[in-house]
Amino acid sequence: MSVRPRINGIETPEALAQALEGAQYLAGEDLATATYLALALGKPLLLEGAPGVGKTEAAKALGAVLTRTVIRLQCFEGIDAAAALYEWNHPAQMLEIRRAGDTVDLYADRFLLARPLLQALRAAETSLLLIDEIDRADPEFEAFLLEFLSDFAISIPETGTVRSATPPVVVLTSNRTRDLHEALRRRCVYHWIDYPEPGLEARIVQARASGVARETAEAVVASIGLLRAEPLIKPPGVAETVEWAEAATLLHAQGARWPDAFRRAIGVALKDQDDLTYVAPRLDALLPGEAA
Amino acid sequence: MTLPAGVRPFTDFASLLRAHGFAVAPDQTILFLDGLRQLGPRSITDVYRAARALFAIPKEREDEFDALFRAHFLGQTVAAEAEGQEDSVEAREAAGQDETAEMDEAEDRPGDEASVAERLGQRDLASPDAEAKLRRSDLPTRRSLRHAPAKRGRRIDLHRTLRAAARTDGEALTLNRLKRQTRERRMVVLIDVSGSMAEHTEGALRFAHALVQTAERADVFTLATRLTRITPALRPTPLGRALEATSRLVADIDGGTRLGPALAAFLSVPRYAGLARGAAVLILSDGLERGAPDELVEAVRRLSRLAWRLDWLSPLASETGFRPETQALRAILPDLDALVDGSTPERLAAHVKILGTLR
Repeated sequence: MSVRPRINGIETPEALAQALEGAQYLAGEDLATATYLALALGKPLLLEGAPGVGKTEAAKALGAVLTRTVIRLQCFEGIDAAAALYEWNHPAQMLEIRRAGDTVDLYADRFLLARPLLQALRAAETSLLLIDEIDRADPEFEAFLLEFLSDFAISIPETGTVRSATPPVVVLTSNRTRDLHEALRRRCVYHWIDYPEPGLEARIVQARASGVARETAEAVVASIGLLRAEPLIKPPGVAETVEWAEAATLLHAQGARWPDAFRRAIGVALKDQDDLTYVAPRLDALLPGEAA
Repeated sequence: MTLPAGVRPFTDFASLLRAHGFAVAPDQTILFLDGLRQLGPRSITDVYRAARALFAIPKEREDEFDALFRAHFLGQTVAAEAEGQEDSVEAREAAGQDETAEMDEAEDRPGDEASVAERLGQRDLASPDAEAKLRRSDLPTRRSLRHAPAKRGRRIDLHRTLRAAARTDGEALTLNRLKRQTRERRMVVLIDVSGSMAEHTEGALRFAHALVQTAERADVFTLATRLTRITPALRPTPLGRALEATSRLVADIDGGTRLGPALAAFLSVPRYAGLARGAAVLILSDGLERGAPDELVEAVRRLSRLAWRLDWLSPLASETGFRPETQALRAILPDLDALVDGSTPERLAAHVKILGTLR
């Protein structure tokens, strides 16, 4: 495999990490290596991790780095081939039959509504296919996907098979609400995204929320670390860290004192009533202390 | 075919992983070698990262993998097998059980010579083929998002209608219809195997076995001082083998009761809590909780919010005029959908059949 057509001059995992940083995504070295390997080997990248660690963001940033449009397939329970592949535009076909009668070609391209997988296949050179939250789909859909990911072909009985010469760039994400099938994992380059290290997370906060002071970011990250150690129903993700820092900074700018600004903004970090009541008695110890 | 000598350590590592129960496919080994070539590899870290990503090592086996990696490439000894971790929350999987375990032993037990305890067990085991059996149609269902052609359905099947219309000059003579399908609802069974439940444990496990054999999506856990996922152990069809595998897996059988902490442990593992979402959750326990019930109440409240239904099946409820006496059971009563008799496998199966009739 000497050609690496899909990596625009990116020769090492470090270079990829740099490029991702340029796209406002701070990737750890492990993630950068896994992503690099997926691109270099032409394999789908499977990202697993707790909700809110930035799996979808990683895919979007990768799309930006590779200058590819991100085509997203959001999975849900009961998702079927029609939602993922293609559908015929029946109302339009119906009208056409009424108007033109027998002469109309019912299966012309204009009646075909391409759904994400077909869209991605047709634009394999310029798109990145993001299959989001695959764990929400049924196991049957996973099996179907398996076929798609090995052949990169979709056959439409009425017109023929759509195939792409080069495999498209594919990123799958999973919140791990259930175990994915071993066969699917085997076909992918796998990476488990953890919550970022405190230092990295503080940098993420500053990159995402421009107005936040470094001290505030660090204090918030330390506090979030404590909260994640608690047995919460919905532990705060990275997005929550950023929002909390942003919200507290805003309140502070309006005159709130420091620990108080965090306390008043806690609703953006903990979004579950039970979690809030659970930590309420010990909130003072968990809140960031003096910041800035 | 001979491989270059330099490749040997890497292919050997794949075999080593396989020998330790990691599912490593041959094409993954090839992928690993390709990946190494892409990376250089410039350092041992590169090798490590490539192996993690390309062998798709699951998060929970990370430590085990790390130990093997260090042992193989860095010559360090394997410190501790992840298998032996005393983590009360971790599911213990029944991997690699021996195939030679003896077959069904439940039916040929001499009734005359049975001790008191065995007689009690025997009573629980009575009529193994009667009502304790579950059929797929007995299980609770939920409506799926999928549609299938049906005589009478709410939605019109445009695709079929159109195809029919195309044959009749674009005139739709009949409307084909679609109907929402139903799917099996996930079931989660939490079995209390503490000392106070001792005489009912086997019956409960027999019921759980029947359920796992029948249901497409059922998960079974045992609780006492710890939480153990026993679904894989219940997969073998012969009851005797399944029970044997279970008893090997469950270390705390007939131990003390710490229901609250055990349920909290269940909920604190997102993967397990996810199983309970929208599921029919059955707790098989007498509810004799030692200590303050606060933790139990909290856990039950959370569980009932996750679950479609949360039913408590207690052997004590078999007596007529049963009133929950323990402080714990009284406190959780408002959060339960039902508190019913769970004294025999037949009763348990009958309750599942009732759930199957609900919508």
